[in-house]
Amino acid sequence: MDSSKKYYFTEEHELFRQSLRAFLQKEVIPYIDEWEQKGELPPEIYRRFGEMGYFGISFPEQYGGLDLDYFYAVIFTEELVRVNSGGFGASIGAHPGLALTHIAAEGNEAQKQKYLVPGIRGEIVGCLAITEPGGGSDVAAIQTKAIREGDHFMVNGTKTFITNGVMSDFLVVAVRTNPDSKAGGISLLIIDRNTPGISATKLKKLGWHASDTGEIAFQDVKVPVENLLGAENQGFYYIMQHFASERLMMALIGVAASAFALELTLQYMAERQAFGRTLNKFQVLRHRIAQMASEIEMNKQFVYSLCLRYQEGDYIVKEAAMAKLVATQLSDRVMYDCLQMFGGYGYMEDYPLARMFRDSRLGTIGGGTSEICCEIIAKMLIDDKAYQKAT
Amino acid sequence: MNSYYFTEEHELFRESFRAFLDKEARPYIDQWEEKERIPRDIWKKMGEMGYLGLSYPTQYGGSELDFFYDVVFNEELGRLNSGGFAITQQVVQYMSAPYILKYGSDHLKEKYLPGLVSGDLLSSIGITEPGAGSDAQNIQTKAVREGDYYRVNGSKTFITNGVYGDLIVTVVKTDPEAGAGGVSLLVIEQKMAGVSTRKLKKLGWHSSDTAEISFDDVMVPVENLIGQEGQGFYYLMNGLQLERLCAVPAGITAMETALQLSLQYMSERQAFGKSLNRFQVLRHRVAQMAAEIEALKAFCYHCCKMYADGIYDVKLCSMAKLLVTEKSEEVATKCLQFFGGYGFMEDYPLARMYRDVRVTTIGGGSSEIMREIIAKMVIDQVDYQSASSQTTSATLSKNGSKNHKQTEKTPTTISPEDILQRFQKKAAQAGALGHTVKFDFGENQVYIDGTGGNNTVSDENKAAECVVNLSLENFQALIKGELNPMQALMSGKMRIDGDMGVAMKLQSLFGK
Repeated sequence: MDSSKKYYFTEEHELFRQSLRAFLQKEVIPYIDEWEQKGELPPEIYRRFGEMGYFGISFPEQYGGLDLDYFYAVIFTEELVRVNSGGFGASIGAHPGLALTHIAAEGNEAQKQKYLVPGIRGEIVGCLAITEPGGGSDVAAIQTKAIREGDHFMVNGTKTFITNGVMSDFLVVAVRTNPDSKAGGISLLIIDRNTPGISATKLKKLGWHASDTGEIAFQDVKVPVENLLGAENQGFYYIMQHFASERLMMALIGVAASAFALELTLQYMAERQAFGRTLNKFQVLRHRIAQMASEIEMNKQFVYSLCLRYQEGDYIVKEAAMAKLVATQLSDRVMYDCLQMFGGYGYMEDYPLARMFRDSRLGTIGGGTSEICCEIIAKMLIDDKAYQKAT
Repeated sequence: MNSYYFTEEHELFRESFRAFLDKEARPYIDQWEEKERIPRDIWKKMGEMGYLGLSYPTQYGGSELDFFYDVVFNEELGRLNSGGFAITQQVVQYMSAPYILKYGSDHLKEKYLPGLVSGDLLSSIGITEPGAGSDAQNIQTKAVREGDYYRVNGSKTFITNGVYGDLIVTVVKTDPEAGAGGVSLLVIEQKMAGVSTRKLKKLGWHSSDTAEISFDDVMVPVENLIGQEGQGFYYLMNGLQLERLCAVPAGITAMETALQLSLQYMSERQAFGKSLNRFQVLRHRVAQMAAEIEALKAFCYHCCKMYADGIYDVKLCSMAKLLVTEKSEEVATKCLQFFGGYGFMEDYPLARMYRDVRVTTIGGGSSEIMREIIAKMVIDQVDYQSASSQTTSATLSKNGSKNHKQTEKTPTTISPEDILQRFQKKAAQAGALGHTVKFDFGENQVYIDGTGGNNTVSDENKAAECVVNLSLENFQALIKGELNPMQALMSGKMRIDGDMGVAMKLQSLFGK
């Protein structure tokens, strides 16, 4: 039906999409309301995802992964959105997308065997801890200290807004190993949950109810030196390296959630009657739909084109920030307008838009706020001489 | 991103065309804008260099290049900051001459295409009339066959190249009874007796000429008919996609140009002891615009790629036209603001850009028409792609004697009671129309009242917002689902008087 798909997706991709959708339909969607209510996911669901191979999509076969191309990850993200639980998508996505990604990219063989292999199987779950109470997007200003003492680091500090921060089995934590250098003094440590000195508090949130979001305190936590991920003082650069992909995925979520909201809204409008006709016959609403559909389609093609470029190895730091900026803004607008189409029902939890509306709100904040994205774009566009060529 | 769509050859072409424009056009643009006229020389030079007729066959002087050469052509025109200059040749290459190329006879092609490709001739497209713009099937200009000629009477307006051009691809009604199926295209030369023009004054696009044209008993040879009589509406529906698509790359480069010029100005202009580009609020405004332009550009190239691959996507082209032109207005407004008082002065480029961009959400199908098309496709699942392929087969059967005879032989023994009963069933299944519609079969009439919560069908006379005229057998075919209401309308089997919007509602009543 969608003729543009042929530019990015093969028949195998579509088969994967169908089987994933069927899996989610059977094993996730019936329980989502309950998980949203409880504010957490059962550990079994990670194991089910692991058994099905979904956590290994992007990782090498030698560690139990499937080594598939980037558009499988795109499908994975798009289909998770259709579950309509931002929190579920965040928890399930953060484990492979944030925690395992770092271990696969920067970890040594022993670390990969210890964390990546069981992580792909869904036997252990990870999180990535960067943000602190005093500093979020300003990664170079991180305060959590790790001081080398013989064969271990002594870690002290606090992390917050960490997805999977309470229930995860291991944490990839950004720490300061050199107080004299800002960006050049940050390292990544893998810390096991059961290490003495770690305490976590679950935070209450506006949306993303099914995910656990934690504030984590480290008090004299002794981390073995062999848990250093990659080279010492290179953490900042490792984090930056993965931002492009993370932002691309957040842009994709913005687009996919918008498209799903529109789909549900169109169904409702075809049924709901007002003044003797269905809602989808009112010209003013039809034009609003047309406008949204156009913006969604445009953003979708933008994000797909960037996913392709990312896969091909292009340098797309600026473009990923652009996509994250516009697609998450789009999502907020679309959720607002779609909820409006549902009228009073839109405000009720029995209908899907209430959750979509509150879950969307994090898009312009997490993974680099809209303002940070604008800063990045402005720096590359305005301050880099190469971009200032005027005709 | 360019490397995904453009080859090295495309880029060489871009460099050479840009250098040409910088030398031959850019220095004179201000003068042409002032005089409100572009000398013919520039088009001849363009033709000599091979920049015209990029995708036209070599036998007419063209280069038979792929569509991305046209994309480059339009992108570079968009950078010149003169909407009037760009539109003059865009109208020739993409909005009028393609009808002659695609549907015209060999005679017409040989007579006009070489001149249009060499830059010796300028053509225009005459659709809009004082009383009808986007609603092409309601045009009034009449062409009555008299022997070897059509006698044309009527008037057209807002016609680019209509004053200083040579020929007008004119949309006329050859059969006033047939609705969309009575529309034809004629090549009318401006020098023909009875053609008179009046130059219109405009808000922007100053260098282009825009005409109101009157046809007063103009005798047009029958050989000037493009394609078949009665097919003009479908030709237009196909051609408008190209027109819309070509507006998109030019619109994007115009936005990029506005942003580049603004960035340059902002790096030089000082305020409160620092240059404008140091103010965070302005930097973020630039970043937001740059992101939106980048997204539109990726979308534009995607649409162009699909067009180049022969995928004819009405929905995507309409979306692109809508979004790019609306964003262009926003970008022109915001960039002018960066220039402060200088932005309002003609010595700086933003003033012209600001007024030129205003027509883009109006011409080539207004934003409202784009949203109508998109809404029909997204909400009502109307598929214009298959509608156009169905049209082809309808055309074939219309001229193929076999099908024609079969229809005529079908006995028409259905009683009005039978119709009423079947129609009631159909109407009950559909959503309420919201209007009262009268179906007139000549001898009998049936009314459907959809103003309440549902549709009620009866034969009692009542006031209707819209009257549908068709034969009993066609009505039966509609009810059986053998005839598509849009097709019936386009082929003239069904005529609608009154609210045309009702045609879409019939789709929900009779469509599957």
